[in-house]
Amino acid sequence: MPISHQQVTRVSLLGRLLLSEEETETMTAQLGQILTYMQLLDEVDTDQVEPMAHAVEVSDVFRGDQLAPSLARDLALANAPQHDGECYRVPAVLGDA
Amino acid sequence: MNKPYAIIIGLEVHVQLLTSSKLFCGCSTAFGAAPNTQTCVVCTGTPGALPVMNRQAYLLSVKAALGLNCQIARLTKWDRKNYYYPDLPKGYQISQYDMPLSRDGHLDIPDPEQEGQVRRIRIIRAHLEEDAGKSMHDEVAGKADSRIDLNRAGTPLLEIVSQPDLRSPAEAKNYLTELKLLLNYLGVSDCNMQEGSLRVDANINLHVATPEGNVATPIVEVKNMNSFRAVERALAYEAQRQWELWQETGQRIGDVPKQTRGWEEEAQITRPQRSKEESSDYRYFPDPDLAPVTISEDAIAHVRQSLGELPADLRTRLVGQFGITPYDSDVLVSQGRPLVDYFIAAAEACRDGKAAANWVQQSVLRVLNERQMPIEQFPVPPAELGRLIDEVQSGKMETSRGREVLAEMLATGKSAAAAIDALGIVQVDEADLETLCAELLASNPKVVDDLKQGRLKAAGALIGQAKKRNPNVNATRVREICLQLVQRM
Repeated sequence: MPISHQQVTRVSLLGRLLLSEEETETMTAQLGQILTYMQLLDEVDTDQVEPMAHAVEVSDVFRGDQLAPSLARDLALANAPQHDGECYRVPAVLGDA
Repeated sequence: MNKPYAIIIGLEVHVQLLTSSKLFCGCSTAFGAAPNTQTCVVCTGTPGALPVMNRQAYLLSVKAALGLNCQIARLTKWDRKNYYYPDLPKGYQISQYDMPLSRDGHLDIPDPEQEGQVRRIRIIRAHLEEDAGKSMHDEVAGKADSRIDLNRAGTPLLEIVSQPDLRSPAEAKNYLTELKLLLNYLGVSDCNMQEGSLRVDANINLHVATPEGNVATPIVEVKNMNSFRAVERALAYEAQRQWELWQETGQRIGDVPKQTRGWEEEAQITRPQRSKEESSDYRYFPDPDLAPVTISEDAIAHVRQSLGELPADLRTRLVGQFGITPYDSDVLVSQGRPLVDYFIAAAEACRDGKAAANWVQQSVLRVLNERQMPIEQFPVPPAELGRLIDEVQSGKMETSRGREVLAEMLATGKSAAAAIDALGIVQVDEADLETLCAELLASNPKVVDDLKQGRLKAAGALIGQAKKRNPNVNATRVREICLQLVQRM
């Protein structure tokens, strides 16, 4: 298997996904299949190929330092599960504010 | 440094760049707006929204990096730093990982141990990234949730990482002071700590001398320091804490994981912070939404030409050109370029750098402080101050009278000449002065006796009386003449 049960547990923790033991088994198998498929790429000889920073050969895409209108606050907050009309409300964040 | 250990400090400084709009969208970066009024689909991480790089933010970063003597990368890219936190709506921060826009620079700072000497602090890298939002814990009415304001999300930040070359809390403070001054002069950032446009994290540990050689103690990252003074105090506290901990436990670097501690200003101590679990695994990867950025040698040279005169060079020039002391030069330069320009104009007008430096430091700065006013709003033009200084230096009036003239100029907006007239200041004729002194001596036999006995302090009474009779008299001359007359008696 290209990915272990342990690795899937760790990745799910980093992604804040709570997986049951059964789901972890399923994910390990399915992610394994995907990675096995991707390993096909290992057959390509890339020794002479310069690594790319981006999939498209494009660089230096800029905008000027110009202001554009922001969203109205009620619109910005509209999709939040909880807000008080000013701020998003989330479960308590401890530590540094 | 008679302690059996060396303090090793490296600083990570984040400064907000002086752009009007955010790093990847057109929302305003202005401080102090009502919560969540400066956001758009890019700031809120709405699916499908795409970031576009602000050219000015990149150019300001290059400018700062050149001011820090860094190598500019001809090709740079942006990466996603993945972590989950409520103030980071995308679930990743756009930052730079393995190809930062600059690296390998240095900043020369005043050596706190040796006046006039500098210490060269190496810079590992300076890179451009976006800020996160702000979370506020709401303790009102016992509500156990946090409030999130995303106005700050996406604001351009330059992260400047020093090598662990700093050897004392005082050096850390000097480094920050010099860095702030440099960035102010470059017009890259206002570095206002109160508004969060400069933030400091410090890494600190000790190298303890032991019979088996130097031993490093575990590294601690200190956060939450809200002023340069707080940085200095927090690091002094932390060094002492680590020294005591070393004597108690003998723990070395690697024995325990790196700890993050927060400075508590009220208690003047550092306390461990809850570490983000597994947070060290940020799974950086290149951001596919952003194209890499290239810069030519010509473009780098162009930015280099725009740097202007940097504080260190300016200090040296003022000493050489105007004959002022390194101390005075440093005081003037640390007030910012506009004040230096004022000084230069005043010094050129009166052709006396030392006198101009004194007047600017003692009179102008005091008024600016009292009125909480920037030099740009100081009502007296430098050429007029120069004329006043000229009059004082030529002996027309004493410095204390000159200050009264300046007060008149400030109060009425008059020119130096008009203010001098208004106060009725005219140089007292030598002959009149002698007559006055003779009269005073005649009516003060007790003082004459004292002076004859060599109690020269007694002359003070005569000066006071002379001033009452004619405020324009020069105290030094009155004293001189009175002593001469007494000698001839």
